[in-house]
Amino acid sequence: MAAPRASLRLVAPVWNGGTSGIRGLSRAVDPEGSPRKGRTLLRFLADRFYDVEAVREYLLQKQVLKVLQKNRFQDKEWMRPNGRGLSGELWKLREVPVEAVDASGCAINYQGLDNLLALKELQSLSLQCCPHVDDWCLSRLHQLANSLRELSLAGCPRISERGLACLHHLQNLRRLDISDLPAVSNPGLTQILVEEMLPNCEVLGADWAQGLKLGPEEQTRDTASSPIPA
Amino acid sequence: MLRRALRLGLGPGLLGRGLGTHREGSTLAWDGKVSEIKKKIQSILPGGAWSPLCDTSHLPPEHSDVVIVGGGVLGLSVAYWLKRLEKQQGAIRVLVVERDHTYSQASTVLSVGGIRQQFSLPENIQLSLFSVEFLRNINEYLAVVDDPPLDLQFNPSGYLFLASEEGATIMENNVKVQRPTHFSRQEGAKVCLMSPEQLQKKFPWINTEGVALASYGLENEGWFDPWCLLQGLRRKVQSMGVLFCHGEVTRFVSSSNHMETTSGEKVTLRRIHEVHVKVDRSQEYQPVECAIVVIAAGAWSGQIAELAGIGKGPPGTLQGTRLPVEPRKRYVYLWHCPQGPGLEAPLVADPSGAYFRREGLGNNYLGGYSPTEEEEPDPGNLEVDHDFFQEKVWPHLARRVPAFETLKVRRAWAGYYDYNTFDQNGVVGPHPLVVNMYFATGFSGHGLQQAPAVGRAVAEVMLEGRFQTIDLSPFLFSRFYLGEKAQEHCII
Repeated sequence: MAAPRASLRLVAPVWNGGTSGIRGLSRAVDPEGSPRKGRTLLRFLADRFYDVEAVREYLLQKQVLKVLQKNRFQDKEWMRPNGRGLSGELWKLREVPVEAVDASGCAINYQGLDNLLALKELQSLSLQCCPHVDDWCLSRLHQLANSLRELSLAGCPRISERGLACLHHLQNLRRLDISDLPAVSNPGLTQILVEEMLPNCEVLGADWAQGLKLGPEEQTRDTASSPIPA
Repeated sequence: MLRRALRLGLGPGLLGRGLGTHREGSTLAWDGKVSEIKKKIQSILPGGAWSPLCDTSHLPPEHSDVVIVGGGVLGLSVAYWLKRLEKQQGAIRVLVVERDHTYSQASTVLSVGGIRQQFSLPENIQLSLFSVEFLRNINEYLAVVDDPPLDLQFNPSGYLFLASEEGATIMENNVKVQRPTHFSRQEGAKVCLMSPEQLQKKFPWINTEGVALASYGLENEGWFDPWCLLQGLRRKVQSMGVLFCHGEVTRFVSSSNHMETTSGEKVTLRRIHEVHVKVDRSQEYQPVECAIVVIAAGAWSGQIAELAGIGKGPPGTLQGTRLPVEPRKRYVYLWHCPQGPGLEAPLVADPSGAYFRREGLGNNYLGGYSPTEEEEPDPGNLEVDHDFFQEKVWPHLARRVPAFETLKVRRAWAGYYDYNTFDQNGVVGPHPLVVNMYFATGFSGHGLQQAPAVGRAVAEVMLEGRFQTIDLSPFLFSRFYLGEKAQEHCII
């Protein structure tokens, strides 16, 4: 290869215009975040009238399908080098293998990962705070097992310990960040189990003592060690 | 003539003077009738026992287009796809009859919950592939307004099948069928074959003695929570307008039509007109007039088919071919092993027939063993035999995973396989002689993982007349008469 290996960092900002719409969408689908009063009136009406119920179901289906369409459109952008934004640079550098991808905050989903998995020389992948990355997506990452050295999954709301179990294929992984995963039930224990599963990897995440409570002797020692000056 | 009129019990006004002379013969009957009429009038008046509007809310409706016998995952899946694929919203009235609303003996909820694409028949692989796609997008398929999204708790850890020397060639052939080259859509199972050395390197806790080849599913395989799928289907199906009935099917009322084939053979075609549904803990029953009946009763499908008269005829004829589905009891044991396999452990299936998988984070494992024909336990009840674990399951487990030599059984339960004694694969589609009866049963332990796809296939046959997306012709009922086995080699 004539050109030197430049580590390409492809960042998400081009797609940020689309993501806020999708984040708003997930809020609409999730009932906890919406205003209470409007929701109870609609619910009341939907329970009593078939027409209101049918209209609400239709709107829900439309919303659910919209997320899928937006993701597909975005993925085509990623693949085609003659899209908008970074088009010129991408065209010149298309022979250069991609080494690092930063997809933080990007609304990438299961189908969208097809594009990342095609990058066979990928060494560093950051999927921080991606709202649609879940356990199913993690099960696809085994295709990057030969090259991936660094993976960050911090802050993804849908990843649980069941998805982390399929990271054992990534034996070349040296750095794994699994901090701040709200769906993991027992972060301390999960950290220990993941460390056992990937012995060569440095796992950043929850402190293993996070879920532990202080024993009775330690508690009294604590209060004794900080005396209030009399 | 007057005497005749008296005997007929006409009103007293006509008798007039003659009443006194004809007292003996007719007055006792007449008195009784008067008191009956008085009682009736008293009950009609307010305060009496009779009410013109009886409460029949516990009974199923009198008419229904489709009656689905059995409310487990297969029955609900058929109901879902019927409502989804119907041409006009609300066109088809569906009734699901379920005998036990707690699902205490249903195979769905007692199942280990695994899903895999490692089968030998291409139809089974396609069914599993669609089902896994359904489960992955379950919140798009089963979204209900105002209800929280479903969390299936899917563990994508895969299945690991181990084969001994004899089984190695079969396994290699199976993997060729599973991989993408056999499918036009470039989709297939992502399975990798491993030698004993590779296996030892990947999973150091396995003892590879006696293993010649292993096939490991990398994606779209694992296990999930079947109760969650069942509840998700139930609430979606109820929101789509399917009626549920808590009762038991006791009788089918049908009519026969004697016809001749083109070659002159006499054939009796039957059509079911009514299904009698008996209410729980009562003798009350409701005859439901229906157009189509679907049997999705799991382990009890054989009994329901007998009620419908399937198999009543001289043996060796199509009329005399029974539905060969019977309940088989299988035990599942939950044990704790502190030094056991780690988080990466897939569902391991030993060549001896024993299998196990992890459960949760706390080093607990679930597993079991399919007994041979001679060792089959009595399916009369769901009592667990703990000696079975000691004698049959533990030796195989300890041999395969040395860490399992020290373990402690925490819990155990038993469930039924709706076992197809003919070829251990499902029975799907119409019956050749009973023209309006369809089957969706007999999956012998892999029904849960194929339920979404099978539901769609049965709905397609009912609405369009033929299979459209996945061709399940090898699974039709007629194969029992023709003797064509659709044998599945990868059965756990």
